[in-house]
Amino acid sequence: MTKRIYMDYSATTPVKKEVVDAMIPFFSETFGNASSPHYFGREAKKVLMKARDTIAETLNAKSDEIYFTAGGTESDNWAIRGAMTFIKTKGKHMITTTIEHHGVLHPAEALEKEGYDVTYLPVDENGLIRLEDLKAAIRPDTALISIMFINNEIGTMQPIKEIGEIAKAHNIIFHTDAVQAYGNVKIDVEELNIDMLSISSHKIYGPKGVGALYMRKGTPVAPFMIGGAQEKKRRAGTENMPGIVGFAKAAEIAHAQLEDHIERLTKLRDRLIKGLLEKIDYTRLNGHPTKRHPGNVNISFEFIEGEALLLMLDHQGIAGSSGSACTSGSLDPSHVLMGIGLTHEIAHGSLRLSLGDFTTEEDVDTAIEKLIPIVQRLREMSPLYPANN
Amino acid sequence: MYNDKVMDHFLNPRNAGEIDNADGVGEVGNAKCGDIMRMYVRIENDILVDVKFRTFGCGSAIAASSISTEMLIGKTVDEALEITNQDVVDELGGLPVVKVHCSVLAEQAFKMAIYDYAQKNNKTYKGLEGFDPDDLEDHHH
Repeated sequence: MTKRIYMDYSATTPVKKEVVDAMIPFFSETFGNASSPHYFGREAKKVLMKARDTIAETLNAKSDEIYFTAGGTESDNWAIRGAMTFIKTKGKHMITTTIEHHGVLHPAEALEKEGYDVTYLPVDENGLIRLEDLKAAIRPDTALISIMFINNEIGTMQPIKEIGEIAKAHNIIFHTDAVQAYGNVKIDVEELNIDMLSISSHKIYGPKGVGALYMRKGTPVAPFMIGGAQEKKRRAGTENMPGIVGFAKAAEIAHAQLEDHIERLTKLRDRLIKGLLEKIDYTRLNGHPTKRHPGNVNISFEFIEGEALLLMLDHQGIAGSSGSACTSGSLDPSHVLMGIGLTHEIAHGSLRLSLGDFTTEEDVDTAIEKLIPIVQRLREMSPLYPANN
Repeated sequence: MYNDKVMDHFLNPRNAGEIDNADGVGEVGNAKCGDIMRMYVRIENDILVDVKFRTFGCGSAIAASSISTEMLIGKTVDEALEITNQDVVDELGGLPVVKVHCSVLAEQAFKMAIYDYAQKNNKTYKGLEGFDPDDLEDHHH
């Protein structure tokens, strides 16, 4: 049996053992409802408060600015809908980008159908927005700017600090989808002038089904869920205690190891990028070469199609992801790859390999070694490959 | 997602490559949609003695190309023209609904190759009546 190598950490991560251990007592032992006044409830409440403190510390936020949710997509939905619908008086316009996660894009599109205006900023060939475009898009009725911290497909990191300054200067709420960034880059909401920020547990070696929305105190945002006093009546529903505890534990570990994690992953990432670009011709790196998620590798292999590449890689024990239409389940290749100006042909041949804490140098070398003949094999079958014509 | 037969034809494609001086060549699809199929046929005494393909596309596009060549080799031209995309799907033991278009592409590719042969050799086949290479059914997903 071939050893399986997981290179899809941007999709999800395995839960670390310390995290699982921290969660276990909250299923059957400390199972109380944090809203109950009795002993069981008080015990749960204490732990809930501590978890909130932990998450707040990792962001340099205050504890009462952290709201637990069911994950990144919920946080994005809440931030966008909540901000736009609550402050109708200020304006009906928001600014975002063409390369956001669908957790942001789809709520924005839904708002447009309801009569709101949305400006989608384009990005350059590396996936970066231009600050002049952002400034030019601001209108007197702009209520919200939502720009992702790090793109999930191509790994490009936006100039968040500069965006935060522009938003602050115009008194516009600034939200960022930091699902890929959290645990992979230092985030200080004060220094970066961020008003709202979405994060998710399962991308940082915590359990699935839990995340958080940071909301700066005083940010005018409508409640997401009503029907209880949880999360200051803004996100009702009994708290997912094992999930929240696991999330906090994962965040604590990620925060403590952040510098080493970034250094280690960056080395592996660059080794993989260099190896693939040097050893396979007709390839290109998608996303910014340096302003980039430390574990993200996204490469287009010309003349072949991404799903076929993924299947062959999977057959050889390596798990990755692709932005081809066949894997996205739609007619077009990923909106992100189209957004950075790739042709359809090149976008169809993209492969994302995302590395994480359990990736080794040997894994990286194995991936390069296995990709060389796979790409060659598919190219030999392709009517587009120059050698075949 | 794919059954064992589809995976087998994808991982071990039959008759991949091209035929030198083929009697007919047909290419359909476009890179924009992510799949292009090119089929080559060798025809002797009205029998398809060899069929090869080159495909740019997903796993099911490669599998549909591969199995089509197996279904075609040894058939008379008239028999070959009776093969439909549904026959290709059935022979593969089924394809996911979103991938059925790959079988349509395969049918179009070999019909196009036979059409090319017929044109070059001034032949008419009942199965090609009404076949218009400029008006192929949209194979888009």
